[in-house]
Amino acid sequence: MKEYQTITEISGPLVFAEVDEPVGYDEIVEIETEDGRTLRGQVLESSEGLVSIQVFEGTGGIDRNASVRFLGETMKMPVTEDLLGRVMDGSGNPIDGGPEIVPDERRDIVGAAINPYSREYPEEFIQTGVSSIDGMNTLVRGQKLPIFSGSGLPHNDLALQIARQATVPEEDEGDDDDDEGSEFAVIFGAMGITQEEANEFMADFERTGALERSVVFMNLADDPAVERTVTPRLALTTAEYLAFDKGYHVLVILTDITNYCEALREIGAAREEVPGRRGYPGYMYTDLAQLYERAGRIQGREGSVTQIPILTMPSDDITHPIPDLTGYITEGQIIVDRSLNSQGIEPPINVLPSLSRLMDDGIGEGLTRGDHADVSDQLYAAYAEGEDLRDLVNIVGREALTDRDNKFLDFADRFENEFVQQGYDTNRSIGDTLDIGWDLLSTLPKEELNRIDEDLIAEYYREDAAEAVQAD
Amino acid sequence: MSQAQTESVDEDGVIESVSGPVVTAADLDARMNDVVYVGEEGLMGEVIEIEGNLTTIQVYEETSGVGPGEPVENTGEPLSVDLGPGLLDTIYDGVQRPLDELETKMNSAFLDRGVDAPGIDLERTWEFTPTVEAGDAVEPGDVIGEVPETESITHKVMVPPDSDGGEIESIESGTFTVDETVATLDSGEEISMHQEWPVRSARPAAEKRTPTVPLVSGQRVQDGLFPIAKGGTAAIPGPFGSGKTVTQHQLAKWSDADIVVYVGCGERGNEMTEVIEDFPELEDPKTGKPLMSRTCLIANTSNMPVAARESCIYTGITIAEYFRDMGYDVALMADSTSRWAEAMREISSRLEEMPGEEGYPAYLSAALSEFYERAGLFENVNGTEGSVSVIGAVSPPGGDFSEPVTQNTLRIVKTFWALDADLAERRHFPSINWNESYSLYRQQLDPWFRDNVAEDYPEVRQWGVDVLDEEDELQEIVQLVGKDALPEDQQLTLEVARYLREAWLQQNAFHDVDTFCPPEKTYRMLQAIKTFNDEAFNALDAGVPVEEIQEVNAAPRLNRMGTAEEWDEFIDDLEGDLESQIRELY
Repeated sequence: MKEYQTITEISGPLVFAEVDEPVGYDEIVEIETEDGRTLRGQVLESSEGLVSIQVFEGTGGIDRNASVRFLGETMKMPVTEDLLGRVMDGSGNPIDGGPEIVPDERRDIVGAAINPYSREYPEEFIQTGVSSIDGMNTLVRGQKLPIFSGSGLPHNDLALQIARQATVPEEDEGDDDDDEGSEFAVIFGAMGITQEEANEFMADFERTGALERSVVFMNLADDPAVERTVTPRLALTTAEYLAFDKGYHVLVILTDITNYCEALREIGAAREEVPGRRGYPGYMYTDLAQLYERAGRIQGREGSVTQIPILTMPSDDITHPIPDLTGYITEGQIIVDRSLNSQGIEPPINVLPSLSRLMDDGIGEGLTRGDHADVSDQLYAAYAEGEDLRDLVNIVGREALTDRDNKFLDFADRFENEFVQQGYDTNRSIGDTLDIGWDLLSTLPKEELNRIDEDLIAEYYREDAAEAVQAD
Repeated sequence: MSQAQTESVDEDGVIESVSGPVVTAADLDARMNDVVYVGEEGLMGEVIEIEGNLTTIQVYEETSGVGPGEPVENTGEPLSVDLGPGLLDTIYDGVQRPLDELETKMNSAFLDRGVDAPGIDLERTWEFTPTVEAGDAVEPGDVIGEVPETESITHKVMVPPDSDGGEIESIESGTFTVDETVATLDSGEEISMHQEWPVRSARPAAEKRTPTVPLVSGQRVQDGLFPIAKGGTAAIPGPFGSGKTVTQHQLAKWSDADIVVYVGCGERGNEMTEVIEDFPELEDPKTGKPLMSRTCLIANTSNMPVAARESCIYTGITIAEYFRDMGYDVALMADSTSRWAEAMREISSRLEEMPGEEGYPAYLSAALSEFYERAGLFENVNGTEGSVSVIGAVSPPGGDFSEPVTQNTLRIVKTFWALDADLAERRHFPSINWNESYSLYRQQLDPWFRDNVAEDYPEVRQWGVDVLDEEDELQEIVQLVGKDALPEDQQLTLEVARYLREAWLQQNAFHDVDTFCPPEKTYRMLQAIKTFNDEAFNALDAGVPVEEIQEVNAAPRLNRMGTAEEWDEFIDDLEGDLESQIRELY
């Protein structure tokens, strides 16, 4: 391995060095400073005689005399089942005081794309116990379903609730004797979150005993920004290994994607690239896709990778490039809403702009319940109508509305207060969720339920609820 | 990807620098758009810029670990596709490598690098039956024989466009692989079933004609309000979650094209898997055969190399043109053209080109129009008539239609299906906004609808459009004063418009019956709502209060028309009931 002391330029997170032997693109670099620290970086551009290196830990302390070593390989990480229960920093070094990690294998962290032909279409319902997700935006194994949130909203509580409660119902009944818990793993990749948030997550993992089936990668707010580009890749490489080699059903929680994108922008700016929208690099779509697309199922393999990335929308703007590009790649989105939050709804999920693209194939007879699709459609339509009417009420008052309209208004209120509202510790089965749905729908006249099959109305519609409302 | 020419290796060069998918090489003797193999692993790439001794290459695979000093090998050929029997019922990546073949070769579910495979199976044999005899004179493009390629499609073997033609000296029926000679010309030229064509140039045709037949989609809002012609172009822009992909899938499933080429360009892996799993099980409504047997899929998902995303659109349209040459009506779905444009932008910015609007290259508009111009109804060089219809999804950032890709696309395409996030939010699907969308084909397609569906089709449709327009205006007033403050006739119009929206425009893609709606049913359903309208207004004129009309119990049954299995009878009964029940009121 050749060592150089040929650094010519240091700028932001980038270091430029002269070389006399060719260096591969993406290769890993070690830089040793005069005070004996070793920093790691990656080749961003390699040309005859000159390379540009992005340093993960930041360039502080590097001077022209620092020595540069090229390791001759792209970035790899150790993978083993023993990673479960461990806590690492954002570069994959253990910070929990535990033993050294003895790898089974070293894997490239960039990861290859799954051949679309080898994928298996995800259609296995995951019950999160949250009505507004299970009933309205169902999550399935192998899906990538982000939570779009904003600063100061309880997205972490929601993510934790999902991580705690997520199960696949049939399996619970089927093999109770099996050590069902060992099959399920949570990987938590934190990018630029505060120590306090990190503590909140860790405390919850410890309280519920989830830590032993978790792998945690922590890049905190005061850790180097460039390291954030590596953290999610470590998390996903671990996830793929556990899922496709070891048969685990892995849930990956990545937070906060917004910090990740800021790091990308920082690197782009330092490289003087032509910026895209709002200064983010033009390749951000491709870059994000390389993270999000690492969710899924593979034919003939036991496990699955399900992703729940969390992002905070700058000034709650869903058209901002980060949520926008994310929405185009992921299979839906769960939207945490500020006004519902201030109404005290827990979790404050606004179902109208939320969506799960894989829902249709994951629900129905044999999967959840035969009436699921129709009920959720009808709840959507009715809630949307009630929501529209609220604007009108503000202008003309309730008295000016027809009887029909008033029913929809009441419906919308009850939907928020009974269906969406449930608290972070309530775990509702899908049956309960749908029954609440029917309770609410039964307050509307039967003829208005045009999204529901007539047979299902006959089976589930509660005449008494309708009459109770009429009697009011 | 075509690789039959691998024996002709020209000059070798050396890598000078690597930055993501862009590699520069020195001392490479290459022409623009030549395909080259880069590095020790032989990664496929294409020449995109030549400056002095330096050649810039876009590489179709990951370049991690590739460094200066590694060799570059030129094939001397432009990026081409293999054409011949075996294209259908297949799934390719962006440079026509069959993905099932790659899985076997790499022995992994993950895509490795440096593995190549021919676009069509060179080993497989096909039953060839000649349609010409020895002694017949043939010209380029002429059909000389047929091969049953799949259950539903007969592949026509044609004289390659670059042949000189001549007299057939010998031709025989039998079982051949694609590379074996099936016919010999008097010039000594041997013709096989295998052709190649460079993806960036259009295949020749005799004449482009004005299309007059609709591409029937089985979707009410499209067939009913905004039809597209066979050989036409359409754009589907919409923010995420508005249903672009479902709309594209519905068209791929139910449109009455002979061949469907579906290009998944920079989209989700699971979506392609859905197509791969669903299509073999679905039946073509026209032939009853599996849909997959008329379909060619090109999947370059968002995490696959960006340069191959740029080329997958061209690969798709070239395959479409090839089937057009056989006289087929081909529909090409491109989902999404925005990803394609972004791939161009990404490459362009790595080349440090001067950016145009929003960082897109200045040639964005030219590239888009060049692509859409390859659609059309053509008289082929062999005298047959074939068409390529192109339906491109557009994913505007933030759902803002004023961005460059949407705007440049709209300047070219003649049908515009605007997807609307508001409609999608209230689960009105397909969420095609009827006020914003348009079709410039309506006029030229009307005669077909008159002849094949109903004599008064255009008039009834116009009635529907007028009611929806009126509703749009009335809604503004309702927002201010409430519905009850409107005069009775306007309240009734709102009621009719509501049925138009809920019973007619909405269509459930996931319902077994509703997912496909033949044009006759589309017409009958609209006519049924018009019956309600006419009877209701008569009643209103006779002094019946609007509440009473609204409460007629046959009316809500309008909402069940879409899902009714025996729709003809259902609508007959319903129209009868509407008539009698409303007339009873006065």
